[in-house]
Amino acid sequence: MAALSSNLLFVAFILYLIATLFFGGSIKEKKGLSEKKETNKWGKIAVFLTIVGFVSQLGYFITRWIAAGHAPVSNMFEFTTFFGMALVGAFIVIYFIYRTTLLGLFTMPVAILVIAYASMFPRDITPLIPALQSYWLHIHVTTAAIGEAILAISFAAGLIYLVKAIDQTKSSKRTFWLEAVMFSLVTVLGFVAVSSIFSGMGYHEKFNWVDKHDNEAVVEYTMPAIAGPHEGELLTKDGFKPFVEMPAIVNAKKLNTVIWSLIGGIILYGLIRLIIRKRISAALKPLVKNINLDFVDEISYRSVLIGFPVFTLGALIFAMIWAQMAWSRFWGWDPKEVWALITWLFYAAFMHLRLSKGWHGEKSAWLAVIGFVIIMFNLVAVNLIIAGLHSYAGS
Amino acid sequence: MNDVKCECGHVNPHGTVLCEACGKVLDETDNRKELLDMRYEGSARRSQTYNKTIIDKIWNFFSSVKVGVWLIIITLIASILGTILPQEMYINLPPDVYYEQEYGWFGKLYYQLGFHDLYGSWWYLLLIAMIGISLVICSLDRVVPLYKALKAQRVTRHEGFLKRQRVFGANSEAEQTDLETVKKHLQAKRYHVREENGDILAEKNRFSRWGPYVNHIGLIIFLFGGMLRFIPGFYVNEDLWVREGETALVPETNEQYYIKNNQFILEHYDKNNKTFEKALNRAGEVVKNYQSNVVLYQREGEKIPGEKPKLKKLEEYKIRVNQPLSFNGYSVFQSSFKTEFKAMTFALTNKSTNQAFGEVKVDLTNPQEKYDLGNGYSVELLNYFPDFEFDDNGEPSTKSRVPNNPAFIFRMNTPDKPKGETSFVAIRQTIEPFGNNTYKLAFKGIETKNVSGFIVRKDSSLWVFIIGGIIFMIGVIQGAYWNHRRIWVQRKNGQVWIAAHTNKNWYGLKRELEAILAGTKLTMPDDQLQRDKEVKEVV
Repeated sequence: MAALSSNLLFVAFILYLIATLFFGGSIKEKKGLSEKKETNKWGKIAVFLTIVGFVSQLGYFITRWIAAGHAPVSNMFEFTTFFGMALVGAFIVIYFIYRTTLLGLFTMPVAILVIAYASMFPRDITPLIPALQSYWLHIHVTTAAIGEAILAISFAAGLIYLVKAIDQTKSSKRTFWLEAVMFSLVTVLGFVAVSSIFSGMGYHEKFNWVDKHDNEAVVEYTMPAIAGPHEGELLTKDGFKPFVEMPAIVNAKKLNTVIWSLIGGIILYGLIRLIIRKRISAALKPLVKNINLDFVDEISYRSVLIGFPVFTLGALIFAMIWAQMAWSRFWGWDPKEVWALITWLFYAAFMHLRLSKGWHGEKSAWLAVIGFVIIMFNLVAVNLIIAGLHSYAGS
Repeated sequence: MNDVKCECGHVNPHGTVLCEACGKVLDETDNRKELLDMRYEGSARRSQTYNKTIIDKIWNFFSSVKVGVWLIIITLIASILGTILPQEMYINLPPDVYYEQEYGWFGKLYYQLGFHDLYGSWWYLLLIAMIGISLVICSLDRVVPLYKALKAQRVTRHEGFLKRQRVFGANSEAEQTDLETVKKHLQAKRYHVREENGDILAEKNRFSRWGPYVNHIGLIIFLFGGMLRFIPGFYVNEDLWVREGETALVPETNEQYYIKNNQFILEHYDKNNKTFEKALNRAGEVVKNYQSNVVLYQREGEKIPGEKPKLKKLEEYKIRVNQPLSFNGYSVFQSSFKTEFKAMTFALTNKSTNQAFGEVKVDLTNPQEKYDLGNGYSVELLNYFPDFEFDDNGEPSTKSRVPNNPAFIFRMNTPDKPKGETSFVAIRQTIEPFGNNTYKLAFKGIETKNVSGFIVRKDSSLWVFIIGGIIFMIGVIQGAYWNHRRIWVQRKNGQVWIAAHTNKNWYGLKRELEAILAGTKLTMPDDQLQRDKEVKEVV
């Protein structure tokens, strides 16, 4: 069952990739991409492939649930994969409201990146610690992820808006920050590439090191150590000698992974720039030339409106009910809880700004981007860096 | 106050921008061609009308959404600061030691700034309180005039009002049947249609306009629940440790309830479990279950000091994580456990021959004074230090009554030493204060027992949070998933004018209008906002 599950996920991943190509094709061919136009053949195939992929991933989810005996949302790999699936699901729903394939061209790559990122974490089926043994695990985590996924659609729409609205003929703060967003996406790809290469090589090296309490410990790197551990002593023969040694309070292994991801990202980004000879956002601009700005602005806002109640329910209300049962208090200022609150406050501010200050269009699109950054921070950084009660998610 | 009478005859309160009844722009100087600002229907909001007294100023301050957004942003940033380092409740050392020791100068600064208890700080609470006030005033400032304006609206609207709607169009050619068709379509789309002199106002989902105010009420109730916690007795939160086999009074229950801990169970996942094999190899031992098998008792009759209470058994329960024991508003949660020393066994031994003359088992919570081993051998316990340490004067003493580090002073009475020999025995050390003894108490073994750690919680304010949460969700859904739409079809100057307004989702409104106008000669009205932009883009 577990093997079948992995295969289904792989199939879904490949289908998403192919679907993205078809979404690309659907844009190229069509003139006048605004409201109420019929989707062309390419677009129909793309949407069909997306749905088949989604069903396949749903199959992964169900078979893994059966194999594990609990919903596969209990560790970093499972949760992030589910988030990717929810993203695709949210796109399918929004697609059938607004019927624009351009949104797919921007959402699917994000979903693919999310799933690829997830697969870099240990994929074993993990047992549940006592705090997680509750049906609220399924309810809380899935609802929160679906809410976040719908909010992420507003990011994709916001990105389309910015690519179209920002003048790429001269560099400005806006072109810089939009390109920074593109670079971050490429860096995720860099992380995936570097991790896959080293794990494919089976790279390992061990260090003796001294932690902040002056205890000796052993740490195993799976990538060559650019940043070595505190007072690290290389144990592996022919291992890579660190360039710099980190102080004891820094987690050198994680920092090392970040450095490698950045290197991977910079190389990839450099290559892309070398080939296309302009900013990524400038290269994307022709794709969006037929879309109506007000239309994407509305999709972006609508996604926030649909996603916000779902997020509130899943990430705050269901979370509180479960926390009350598992930890005896519904709110305990655990970092993950606080970051859910921060996300919620941010989108609350977003909606007030839009409603009363008239922050439509580009301002609203930037806010959608920032909102996605906060969601990603909550997913990645809070689990991996600021470990709290939710730290089981970090493995 | 000087109310404003519109030419349509309706009397508007002072400060009204658009006539509540016909929508005419009341401020004559404001006759630009731009689209109308339809927020709050141009009604007379107190904050926009009065700004004289101090109360006006406070009201205006808190009624501003700008202020509200700033409060949210400041709270957001403050909340981020609190997640940089662990908060006070998640550390296991005194904060003045912990932060500097773990995080150096930064940790020290963090502690000195008071960020170790950020969410309990006065300024954080003040921020939350200000958000609460802002919620109340913002809502009142808007909801009352908005309600009045929507209630007073008439079917026939002023020309200026219709023309300056975002979606507007005029038709010269229209047949009488067209209006009938439109009306039918509107009704099919569940519009509430009103007619006056051949003019039509179709409206639906007005209740969605109240969504924001409903969710604000929910939030206010939720915050109010937080305030209730400061009332004594409303909120009980106590730790309770119960050793296996012991019965303990549940705190803060008026000495009504007792809990007996029969057994504490700690289970790990089986390493040979096929499903989790790989994960367990990587992670090592993973706990499967923390459980305390308990019996809940209630005291019977009056409490008599010094007398053992009479207990009535209520129920047996297995308290596990996620499965607290609940009774009469109290909940007992499995929160932790520890292992405690229960008894130590020594053998009275001749040091030179190593011959033993019987064993002494000392119950560490309830030791005997004398242990008779027969044949003239006995051991007296002269002094007992359950949690042994040397005090400031170098004298042995005990830190607590919990046997964390037991130490004893024994007198060993033997036939050949009738006066007895004194020995000080602690873990891994023996001191003979009066010279060399012939006998010793050799350590034989130690028994342990588990102690379950419970949290006793009573939260009478919980239902307030629940109600607040439910109302909030209703309000958010009401405001987010429905749109307040209005369509005016009116005869002006021999033409048929169509105007439409929605509070959001213009795309949906336009799709609906297309369906409503289908099969008639009436043309689809323009989206004037988009047209303006397109003109700009071309220019």
